[in-house]
Amino acid sequence: MTIPFATSKPKRTAGKTITERWRSMTRFERREALFGYAFIAPVVLGFLIFEVGPILASLVLSFTDYDILSKDIDWVGLKNFARMFQEDLFYKSFNNTIYYCAIYIPLSLILALFLAVLANRAGRASTFYRTAIYIPTIIPSVGAAVAWVVILSPQFGLLNGVLKWFGIKGPGWFLSPVWAKPAIILMSLWVLGGIFVIFLAGLQGIPIEYYEAASIDGASSWISFWKITLPLMTPTILFNLVMDSIWAFQVFQESFVTTGGGPLRSTYFLSLYIYDQAFTYRRMGYASAISWVMFIVIMVFTVIILRSSRKWTFYGGSEQ
Amino acid sequence: MTSKVKNTFYQAESLPQGRWYMFRHSLRWVSDLPGHTLLILTSILMLVPLLYIISVSFQTMEQILQGGGNLPIPPTLEAYRYVLEKMNFSLYFRNTLVVVTLNLVGAFISNTLGAYGFARFRFPGREQIFALLLASLMLPFVVRLVPTYIMFYKLGWINSFLPLIVPSFFGSAFYVFLLRQFFTQLPNELFDAARIDGCDEVSILVRIVLPLSKPALATMFIFVAQNSWNDFMGPLLYLQRPQLRTLALALYAFRSAPQGIPTWNNLMAIVVLMTIPILILFALFQRYFIQGITMSGIKG
Repeated sequence: MTIPFATSKPKRTAGKTITERWRSMTRFERREALFGYAFIAPVVLGFLIFEVGPILASLVLSFTDYDILSKDIDWVGLKNFARMFQEDLFYKSFNNTIYYCAIYIPLSLILALFLAVLANRAGRASTFYRTAIYIPTIIPSVGAAVAWVVILSPQFGLLNGVLKWFGIKGPGWFLSPVWAKPAIILMSLWVLGGIFVIFLAGLQGIPIEYYEAASIDGASSWISFWKITLPLMTPTILFNLVMDSIWAFQVFQESFVTTGGGPLRSTYFLSLYIYDQAFTYRRMGYASAISWVMFIVIMVFTVIILRSSRKWTFYGGSEQ
Repeated sequence: MTSKVKNTFYQAESLPQGRWYMFRHSLRWVSDLPGHTLLILTSILMLVPLLYIISVSFQTMEQILQGGGNLPIPPTLEAYRYVLEKMNFSLYFRNTLVVVTLNLVGAFISNTLGAYGFARFRFPGREQIFALLLASLMLPFVVRLVPTYIMFYKLGWINSFLPLIVPSFFGSAFYVFLLRQFFTQLPNELFDAARIDGCDEVSILVRIVLPLSKPALATMFIFVAQNSWNDFMGPLLYLQRPQLRTLALALYAFRSAPQGIPTWNNLMAIVVLMTIPILILFALFQRYFIQGITMSGIKG
């Protein structure tokens, strides 16, 4: 099996419940089980306190007008949600997020896969390429964001300086409502090294015999790519697509540090909207409501991908 | 995975040595030329911003304002002097180091225990709990943001390092997954032998499993160190007092402080100083960086 969530169907031991299994266990088995529970206790506790708890609490909060300072919490029912769908800023940030995702996700996946395929054929030099493409991801992301503000500075920055050599007058990037989003996408693409490395590892897992057989049959490398590489890479593509999308939907620092959501809110993403409502205006209830809407959108999207993936992923024939 | 053979074309020499094949192979470099060109171009595009950051950090503001693509001739240490002397850099560095170190300790204890529990003991519900943990990797952090903040606020932990440190003592699904993979690959005989010799479970973990798991532990340490070193959201929410700032937050605060023209050379000097420790880690342990990233996508 290749991806964690594909294995998530738990094996039930012949339809027995946990208590039934416990009763049928020997003394030694129970001792072993107790040790197991003791060892995983901190992790499970952390899972409950820092994952499950907050997510449920967030759902409850979304029906209140909680502001953290006052003592009493008022139930407001669906008012937070009703209000959200009347706010222009919600639509604005939602659309911005979709714009970002719709361009960044396919672009990053295609580019990373393309580069990985090339690097995988590059022989000894592939180590160098891998390092060069991966290195941007190790720079602290705040540092990288600040650096991009300098690089994309309209007058004195590097990119517009280079464009000037070619006689092109570069745009205002972070200062232009039209170009700020492309600038953030560009910045995000700079750190596609993580996805790239995962693709590269996936490619190295493809048995070379397949290519040998294809080569003997006279297949060109173009055909080999479409008939061997791509089908065998679909599980890795699925993994990267799901994880990348979940991250992309939550894009925050990239615009928080560079533009603060501007100019004219053109880089105001959903996570910034949530952040502002929660921590600038202390509307904890409203912020929770937005975050749940975002959560549901991400979940629906993920479920659609996973459902459809049964048709387009390929697990080497024997499995599935 | 059926086979682990790398398919770099150098290994293609094991192919049948037919004349047609020999001909094609000798021309291989021609067909690979566009690929190499594209990769070299990409590598340059990836590295140029890095070099630019370094270059700007060695310039004066006058040099920078002459336009993009300037080289630091003559190089000046003005920015570094400013950052190190006037910016409390050592304080922020110390704060960051405290957070990173305690995160490493916390992650080490909780994740090794958890992974060992999942890898080496059979108990009812094991697969289900593990699957749940793994599924939590797909939960968006934004949904947890508000309630987690309220929790730490009510505990009175705002303006302390506790919100940044305590969670690491409760482990994280990704590292448990990573270590568990490694622990399950250790041979069973090892554990049986240790038990026969009267080793208890904790000393099996400490004396046998951990020394054998150095690669997996190194991967975890590097990821934890990198993540807490770079963490921005946590400090942004929980550290409001300037003297508590970590480097990432200090950089942000310095950038957004109203002071006319942002002094880019100073900003870039902070970025360079902040990146150096991670870069050293990367140079020394590149293998583990790549391994960790790979683990997240491939095995399971």
